[in-house]
Amino acid sequence: MVELRTLLCRLSEAFGPSGYEKAVRTIVREEIQGAVDRIDVDTMGNLIAFKAGAGAEPRLRVLLTAHMDEVGFMITQVKKDGMLSFKPVGGVDPRLLLGKRLVIGENRLAGIIGAPVPHLQRGEAANRVVDLDDMAIDIGAADEKGALGKVKVGDYATFATGFSVLCEDAGWPTVRGKAFDDRAGCAVLAALLKRERLPVDLFAVFTVQEEVGLRGARVAAHRVHPDAAFALEGTLCDDLPRPPDEDSTPVTRLGDGPALTLMDRSVVAHPGLMALLQESAAAEDISIQYKAPGLGGTESGVTHLAHAGVPSATVSVPCRYIHGPAAILNLNDLNATVQLMDATLRRITAQDLAR
Amino acid sequence: MQQLAKRLAEAFGVSGFEDEIRHVIREEIDGLADEVRVDALGNLIAFRKGRGGGKRIMFAAHMDQIGLMVSHVDEKGFMRFTNVGFVYALASWGGQVRFADGTIGAIGVDGRADPRHALPELRDYFIDVGAGSKAEVKQKVGSVDAFWPGFVAQGNIWFSPNLDDRAGCVALVQTLRQLKDAPIDHDLYAVFTTQEEVGLRGATAAGYALEPDLAIALDVTLTGDIPYASPAMEVGLGKGVAIKIQDSGMIGHPVLNARLIDLAEAEGIPYQLEVLQGGTTDARAIQVSRAGVPATALSVPSRHVHTPSQMVDQRDVEAAVRLLTAFLRRPIVL
Amino acid sequence: MDKARINEILGQLTAVDGPPGSESRVAELVESLARDTVTEVRRDALGNLIACRRGAAEAPGRIMLAAHIDEIALVVTKVEKGFLHIAAIGGVDPRSVIGQEVIVYPSGPGSDRYPAGLPGYIGSRPPHLLSADDRKKVVPLKDLRVDLGLPASTLDGGMIRVGDRVVVRGPYCELLNGRVATKALDNRASVAVMLGTLGYLANMTHTWDVYAVATVQEEVGVRGATVSAFGVQPDLAIALDVTFGDTPGVNGGETFPQDHGPTIGWGPNMHPGVAGQLKALADDLEIPYSVEPLPGNSGTDAWAIQVSQSGVPTGLLSVPVRYMHSPVEMVVLADLDRTARLLAAYIARLDSRTLGDLAAEIS
Repeated sequence: MVELRTLLCRLSEAFGPSGYEKAVRTIVREEIQGAVDRIDVDTMGNLIAFKAGAGAEPRLRVLLTAHMDEVGFMITQVKKDGMLSFKPVGGVDPRLLLGKRLVIGENRLAGIIGAPVPHLQRGEAANRVVDLDDMAIDIGAADEKGALGKVKVGDYATFATGFSVLCEDAGWPTVRGKAFDDRAGCAVLAALLKRERLPVDLFAVFTVQEEVGLRGARVAAHRVHPDAAFALEGTLCDDLPRPPDEDSTPVTRLGDGPALTLMDRSVVAHPGLMALLQESAAAEDISIQYKAPGLGGTESGVTHLAHAGVPSATVSVPCRYIHGPAAILNLNDLNATVQLMDATLRRITAQDLAR
Repeated sequence: MQQLAKRLAEAFGVSGFEDEIRHVIREEIDGLADEVRVDALGNLIAFRKGRGGGKRIMFAAHMDQIGLMVSHVDEKGFMRFTNVGFVYALASWGGQVRFADGTIGAIGVDGRADPRHALPELRDYFIDVGAGSKAEVKQKVGSVDAFWPGFVAQGNIWFSPNLDDRAGCVALVQTLRQLKDAPIDHDLYAVFTTQEEVGLRGATAAGYALEPDLAIALDVTLTGDIPYASPAMEVGLGKGVAIKIQDSGMIGHPVLNARLIDLAEAEGIPYQLEVLQGGTTDARAIQVSRAGVPATALSVPSRHVHTPSQMVDQRDVEAAVRLLTAFLRRPIVL
Repeated sequence: MDKARINEILGQLTAVDGPPGSESRVAELVESLARDTVTEVRRDALGNLIACRRGAAEAPGRIMLAAHIDEIALVVTKVEKGFLHIAAIGGVDPRSVIGQEVIVYPSGPGSDRYPAGLPGYIGSRPPHLLSADDRKKVVPLKDLRVDLGLPASTLDGGMIRVGDRVVVRGPYCELLNGRVATKALDNRASVAVMLGTLGYLANMTHTWDVYAVATVQEEVGVRGATVSAFGVQPDLAIALDVTFGDTPGVNGGETFPQDHGPTIGWGPNMHPGVAGQLKALADDLEIPYSVEPLPGNSGTDAWAIQVSQSGVPTGLLSVPVRYMHSPVEMVVLADLDRTARLLAAYIARLDSRTLGDLAAEIS
């Protein structure tokens, strides 16, 4: 578990907004190098690791994806006063941005998104949500020239959040950090690769640009042309206490194990793969949960439409507060996801893929 | 054809869960195709071999209809849900639904909403099967249902919640029936697609796999013959099969459309020209597959689309069948 | 090929109409203008024009250029007593078409008498007849009508049909300081750039094969680029489009200076190595440019091409244009030549190391 935590920490703290995943790719490569047979990087930057199966031929070709990119920002203008205008890369709730610390560009320059001063705002203005266009990043430059010495239009930025351990109880080991969507998935995939060879041929792709439209997975699925595909995600978790008279199911719950997607906006999970996941969980006594249907989208949305169609499913680690400066997850869920995927890939046969 | 329509309309088939309707269609086309198979997305692909020297043609009609998926069963046995495909909140209150196992439910609206003054959202609704508690409910998270009741015929008009696109499926099955033993040069792939309502997904995979020389989707379209129609649309019930000039996702191949128009004129088949603002069909997905496919759609005009009481005129379905069969009987030059 | 010739080509290109789905006149013109510089021309299933200029024998690579030839337009949805109801094809701003001269392209019986279309006008109700409130509102497209000024009976025979195209009339007009205003600079400016590039290449040595694609249906969802990229299977691609030229009163953070060369796109939709190479080359040749930060979908053919099959390293060069999607789009002519010279030089430098260099940038 400590190993998994260390791996997640490395991945979480790496700088990797959509379109600039280099640093994450380097860490992934270091982590899995000795555990796989071959590593390629395609023209979009997807890292494609191949690990041959130990089973008899013909072996199924299974694609596993976890995206390396995180939501972030791009500098769009350096203003005369030295402040930087920016646009989000991927989906970010603007209400989360005021007063946050960022790192910018190759040199990891420190910057902050300023916040309105409450004392100086009156009436309605004090209650209005600040528009993205009215925000700016302050790097402390005196003017445009000073700023241009340090940053340029097009530079990427991410939240500066560091990784922390919140609780070390074996029953509730939680951590906090940025980009758990989807460094959690990357951690699961890397951990899976470090285990013993599975019966099936594995194409483990650490993808790019999921947050701007599932872009990396699309070309990776075309190239690999697998028999089946699983997307590994860090997904929505909204399990805070609700009013006592409310009778509802949270999207997912921390600590309830890997979350299976029945249906979201991008895919209806393949029934055979769903049954296989359920059976594998039951056989190995792994508690699972179901993500509330109809929310969000994942790489299964594009992998299932590759070529003439590919049976696909998504398995996720619940993470509170994704797409913000920091998320919280339970390492037991992460570990259980690794176990579930291992168990599933030991059992998968062509029968599971039929309709 | 009415009996066929009733059988298809009353078979269960929500996007992603088309097993029953696929089974029913498979029975209906028994003996009408040389090969039938099911692909990874659940598309039913029927291949009718031609005599040779013709084109490789794909016709697509989608088997799926919109529906609801249970997201929560509460302690009292009321079920919350999410939509599968586009469901109007406006057309849901008081609707009846049927689950795959035949269980019937009513859609109620909870007390937080104020339907007399504001349109509730889907989150304010629940499915009520008349159970007293959670334990009495057979459904669970992930269970799927569709609007009900099914089919009624009155004069030339059919009523059913899923004429989008069971009407197209009827046209395609009927076309295969008419073609039985007919001398056709072209190879025909009659594809009953899945998951159209959630993003043309079945057609995306099938179009890629089949690589047709040309494709025609069979679906419904809206009409402009209701009171105060806005925007204007020159398509009406009972005025013939609609040849799709364009919709919001596809511009019909102009030469293919010209051939269909000329053919309809020559054969005296009633037809109309369609521009649909808002909405698209499987033809879009097939058109942009691989290096591109000449594609268009033939539409059955329909009123009250995506509501429980959708309507078509069966004469328009007949016109579509006549045009499709006439099209196949001739050489095609694009 | 030179600056004057590119400007002349632009004049010819903008004089022809090409609504999405009906681009054949533009495609024919492009074919005739490219004739001397390419060896093979074909059209694909959607009407994309794919022109190939071969490089030196045993070319190590294939580069695709994409410039869309369609322009936003209107479509007839109903003929009512001689007046036409219309809808948009692509992003048409209703504010830009009111009070506007148009050309209607009929396709029904009797239409062959009007191969150049029929002149029409989209008028407005006299302000005298409107309430104060109504005068402040934008008239939506569905309430606008095309008036052909013809007796209603002329159209009774069905000469104009549902689905017929209507294009805004926006003749080429020279302004001061090397600026011109005309409709369809989006994207005829880029088509002129592409033809200019081919013209320059005719006098240069290049080893890679160049596939210059005049794409269709970009304005309705980059459909032409999607299928043509699949068919061409390029090793590298550069999309050519227009971007927002700086305009007084418009937020400077979203616009780019005119008379300062093209913009080079930068962001997830562009391969950083391609963008980097274009920048370095422009610096080298002292061709001015701006970097255009694009944090997501560039809104151009590049979006489709980049994810074609197993992925294509893609770049984007855009010419800054003011008043985009209006009948008076405006460009500085010198920017077209700058872009063409940069692109031709880029293509001439492609060699057997290019793909390896791009891969190294990404590893």
